[in-house]
Amino acid sequence: MTHLDNELKSLKTDMLEMFSLVMNQIEKSKEALIRFDKDLAREVIVNEKRVNGFELKLDRDCENVIALFNPVAVDLRFVLACLKINSNLERVGDIAEGIAKFVLSIKLDPDKKLLEVTRIVEMFDVSAGILNDVMHAFANEDTQLARSVFQKDEILDEINVNANAAIADFIRNTPDRINQSLYTLSMIRKLERVGDQCKNISEEIIFYIEAKVLKHKSFSQKQ
Amino acid sequence: MNKIEAKNVHLYYGNFHALKGISLSIQPNTVAAFIGPSGCGKSTFLRLFNRMNDLIDGVRIEGECLIDNKNIYSREVRIEELRKKVGMVFQKPNPFPKTIFENVAYGLRVNGISHKSFIEERVERCLKQAALWEEVKDKLKKSAMALSGGQQQRLCIARALAIEPSVVLMDEPASALDPISTAKIEELIYELKKDYTIVIVTHNMQQAGRVSDTTAFFYLGELIEYDSTKKIFTNPTDTRTQNYITGRFG
Repeated sequence: MTHLDNELKSLKTDMLEMFSLVMNQIEKSKEALIRFDKDLAREVIVNEKRVNGFELKLDRDCENVIALFNPVAVDLRFVLACLKINSNLERVGDIAEGIAKFVLSIKLDPDKKLLEVTRIVEMFDVSAGILNDVMHAFANEDTQLARSVFQKDEILDEINVNANAAIADFIRNTPDRINQSLYTLSMIRKLERVGDQCKNISEEIIFYIEAKVLKHKSFSQKQ
Repeated sequence: MNKIEAKNVHLYYGNFHALKGISLSIQPNTVAAFIGPSGCGKSTFLRLFNRMNDLIDGVRIEGECLIDNKNIYSREVRIEELRKKVGMVFQKPNPFPKTIFENVAYGLRVNGISHKSFIEERVERCLKQAALWEEVKDKLKKSAMALSGGQQQRLCIARALAIEPSVVLMDEPASALDPISTAKIEELIYELKKDYTIVIVTHNMQQAGRVSDTTAFFYLGELIEYDSTKKIFTNPTDTRTQNYITGRFG
């Protein structure tokens, strides 16, 4: 193994740690909402600092590899992909923190009916599943798995689109829960963005492995 | 029209098959870089274009090497005429043990030019083109051997330019130089391609990336891949090219 190989391997290991960190944040923010666990929400907010710190460390590592090893071809694509994936992951971390802040702002227990009609728990599960898929696609250089994310993201989009009507209905029937309903809608919007960040990550994985640029391509062109 | 073209070129050193069916073309006013591990045939291929391999015993060449669409190995081509058209710069600076001025003027004198002001004008122009004029204009009568390695190499480039070639071949022109001199040579190559077609053999991958428009990767006497330098260094087609440029073999 060359010196550069070792550096790239260590970069990949750290990237996977960033994936795990962010994945944990999403899982915990979900638990914080379902169990209305404000302590867990605070934990997510505190951990966000670790995510930010790790993002800076990974940026620096990528910068060092470029400056010291002048990678080319697949190695260069890998480092460039890491830089972008790193920033996508950091944004997913921000989303988890945002959700945790909403949990802290909610005064009453989350209404079970509201969670059910908005399908927000399903949305959390799909988001976490997609994030898990891109992590494995990155770890195993599996572009097929990376491509499957484009399809799965459609579920998030569908839930997001239907959320307006579901929440409007809920507010009509339960006007004392207007605040909580609006927070829920905001969380849905955020979770929809997790799907978008994961799609970006998938595009970067495919770019680095297959040297194909899928950005700004239609759904069918990405398959 | 291609400036330089090789069509199915084979070269043998006795029984050793050094170049195996190389075909490629180089556009005018571009820089082509040849890369590959030692012994892959890139310098041999470069030397074909000013027929320097002719000097080696037991060399046999098949195929066609064309410059300006003319086969330079055909009987009508006079080797002296060819070398006026094709300048060469070597790995180690090799100035003549003469003054700076005489080094550049030498090619003109051997070609029978004796007009003083014409020679002076040409020497100045070539030293300027080689980005050396400012450093030597006050010591043109001093020995070239007193210059630094980087200056000597730029002097050799000026000497090659004096006979107004249209092609300049460079065989690892900066490998014996420090980083500052290397940067000057690279800048010079960038400037010179406006007027010349340049072919450079280099072991320095970053240098190939910086200076060339097209890159050819040679391996074991074969041309493995020839494409735009951007393509070669971002997404080469052949795995062997990728392994070589990423430092995984060679």
